Amino acid sequence: MTLVKKLRWAVLAAIPVLFIGAFFYWPLIKIFSHALGGEEIEDFKSLLFSGSFHQIAWFTVWQAFLSTVLTMVLALPTAYLMARFSFRGRRIFQIVTTVPFVLPTVVVAGAFTALFERFGLDEGSFRLRHTVWALLAAHVFFNLAIAIRTVSSFWSGLDPRIEEQAKLLGATPWHIFRKITFPRLVPALTAASSIVFLFCLTSFGVVLLLAGPTRATIETEIWRQAIWRGDIATASSLAVIQLVAVLVMVLLMNYLQRRQAVVENRMDFVYEKAPRKLLAGNIFFLFMMIGLPIIILFESSLTVGDGYSFQNFASLADRVTLVPVSAITALKNSLLFAVIATIFASLLGCIASFVVVHGRRWISNLFDMSMMFPLGISAVVLGFGMLIALDTPPLDLRSSWILVPIAHSLLGIPFVMRTVIPTLRRIDPSLRESATLLGASPRQVSRHIDFPIALRALSVGAAFAFAISIGEFGATSFLPRNPDRLTAPLVLFRLLGAPGETLRGQAMALAVVLMTITALAVILVESSFFKKETIRSDF
Amino acid sequence: MLKVQNIKVSFDGIQVLDECALEVGEREIVVLLGPSGCGKSTLLRTVAGLENLETGKILWNEEDMTTVPPHKRGFGLMFQNHALFPHRNVEENIDFGLQILQLNRTERQQRVKDLLNMVGLEKFEKREIGGLSGGEAQRVALARSLAPKPRLLMLDEPMASLDRALRDRLLIDISNLLRDLNQAAIYVTHDHDEAFSIADRIAIMHEGKIERIGTPNEVWLDPGSEIAAQCIGHENFVNLDSSGNSALGKLGSGPGTVLIREDGISIVSESTEIVGEVKSATFHAGLTFIKVQVGDLQLSTSTATPVKISDQINLEILKTAVVPLR
Repeated sequence: MTLVKKLRWAVLAAIPVLFIGAFFYWPLIKIFSHALGGEEIEDFKSLLFSGSFHQIAWFTVWQAFLSTVLTMVLALPTAYLMARFSFRGRRIFQIVTTVPFVLPTVVVAGAFTALFERFGLDEGSFRLRHTVWALLAAHVFFNLAIAIRTVSSFWSGLDPRIEEQAKLLGATPWHIFRKITFPRLVPALTAASSIVFLFCLTSFGVVLLLAGPTRATIETEIWRQAIWRGDIATASSLAVIQLVAVLVMVLLMNYLQRRQAVVENRMDFVYEKAPRKLLAGNIFFLFMMIGLPIIILFESSLTVGDGYSFQNFASLADRVTLVPVSAITALKNSLLFAVIATIFASLLGCIASFVVVHGRRWISNLFDMSMMFPLGISAVVLGFGMLIALDTPPLDLRSSWILVPIAHSLLGIPFVMRTVIPTLRRIDPSLRESATLLGASPRQVSRHIDFPIALRALSVGAAFAFAISIGEFGATSFLPRNPDRLTAPLVLFRLLGAPGETLRGQAMALAVVLMTITALAVILVESSFFKKETIRSDF
Repeated sequence: MLKVQNIKVSFDGIQVLDECALEVGEREIVVLLGPSGCGKSTLLRTVAGLENLETGKILWNEEDMTTVPPHKRGFGLMFQNHALFPHRNVEENIDFGLQILQLNRTERQQRVKDLLNMVGLEKFEKREIGGLSGGEAQRVALARSLAPKPRLLMLDEPMASLDRALRDRLLIDISNLLRDLNQAAIYVTHDHDEAFSIADRIAIMHEGKIERIGTPNEVWLDPGSEIAAQCIGHENFVNLDSSGNSALGKLGSGPGTVLIREDGISIVSESTEIVGEVKSATFHAGLTFIKVQVGDLQLSTSTATPVKISDQINLEILKTAVVPLR
């Protein structure tokens, strides 16, 4: 490589490094210095041994654990159906189970609130509102998709003839599952459950809205301390503890994933037609679990008094007393931020992916790890860090709205990289060589081969980045609270917390709009992308 | 015509091509034959410009191509895995080279259509790559390589991923097509049947060198070395003592190894000096292929008269089918 070329590379690679350094790692350092620097270390120690902290930490862990177990158990039947059987509407099934994953937390909280109200579960002896059960249900709703996906794709790679053999040897179905199938599924189950556990550990919006005011997790406590009490030192200490916990989880996940690598000799086989009962049971279950909250949300958004109308949607343009801007303005803000965040995430994610794919090994690993980290740590810690770190020149952005899309793009970059890197890596070198021998110059090869193939992957990653930005609540709730620049999820949060039927109606309408935008973004890309699932060349 | 002059290529200090030389005339199909790892694919890639050479030269019509970048050499290469572009359909794949040549649209469309007709895939223009069968993908790859009219077409084990029946059929098609187009070509394979059916000349490669080169007939009659002889499927090698004697009688004038071609061993009904026992017999296409044990030698031959395992048979060696080897 010539010196000029090397220099160009270095400059290119420096862009994402500077960005993530300034807006992610610098805030992390600040959090640590606030928690552990100088005199604060004593406060940190006393916090660590206080009863109230133990209570919070215990609740955080056991709700996450229970949510994970529930999610995994409930995901198994659907994973089985998807892994082993063909049925009509398989693709729709797949998309429907993906959508909840990208729905904004506040929207899901709204949907469950609506559900409880609709069936009279918000008070009385069967109260679900503001209980742990509400929280668990919401966590299952969110994470079912990722559990089903991970487990079913692994499951479909297992050789079904082994089960057939066991059957011929006289084993009962339960025996086959327990002794033959389950042990082989363990790698996928551990991978999926550790991710789900991580998500439940760092869950914020649904805890705040569904678990009730008396229950706190570390996440909500950081928020309460920082925003309501202004106690930055305590919030920092909690954030440090959360960071360490997450780091341990991520390392554990890596370790577990490295241990699994059993590749079975699986021949192509024709999927059997799904048994009626299994299919019907799954459809019923998914309808109750995912469909019902969404349908009730729709219904509530249309309910006005005793009848139905679109009045709630019309009222989105009105400003209500509790909220400084109208819902429409907030939606416009959110769209603007999402567009900016998506552009940032796409550009930076692409550059970083390129460095990871083409760079030297250590640079590649370093980039991969450091750019993925924001996905693991909680959005709350991210937002809190930015709040306390970016208030001094040259990065005095405390009051600038640009912080919001920047925070969102940090959460979007990992999604872009996770789709672009595998695609670039899978491009067969003989494709490039073929193009070369058909007369294409190196530049033309990049333009006609690498670029179009990566672009399709990028569009998927970008859609996820967009959906995440639109619904982002955790980080945004810490960032510049310039009233004109409130985002839609923040407005929705305030509307949901406020009493009164009109506000409730408006909240439901706003939730429906948010849900539609995020769901559409992902559905559009998913359906068009998988139709052309040809990004590989091992025919 | 292509001239490859004494090229050397090594990967991580391992010599892959060693003083390798080759010539390919205009309209000539040269087959590179050899076991995997002998350097034949590397030779192709080096001629194409995809590998760097340490010494030697690659000339086209006396013009030095050694430093010309691969996309400007005008050589085509068809890969073993076909390497079709997954994000483009059949038409767009074939069109790729034409697009690079900046031909106008109507001209390109006509050429794509002609090529599809040529390879027997009419109306495949809009098909997606993922939906093609192995044979179809191979034909598309061939059409794509031919599209920009390369001065030299190189084919790297094009049949490797196809099943036997399809292979035989496509081989004839490709052979006819290349000859109709007067296309200069280098065809790489490890299958000697394939080599004999398509080659104008066969170059047998071994450890980075051309071991023997000649027309199929020349090479078959006199492979030159034991390695080359093994490579094209000969099996009867006989070691001679210092006076040229062996278990089969006097086959030469001095020490060394000779080859007895399969056509040089015949089974006779009268008793001869050479008697052997049938060790294995397989029937194929009207002939029985047998292995006969004579002393400590095992010979292979075929016969139209039925024989059984353990039969004692008399053999006669045709002296003209005994070839001294290096």
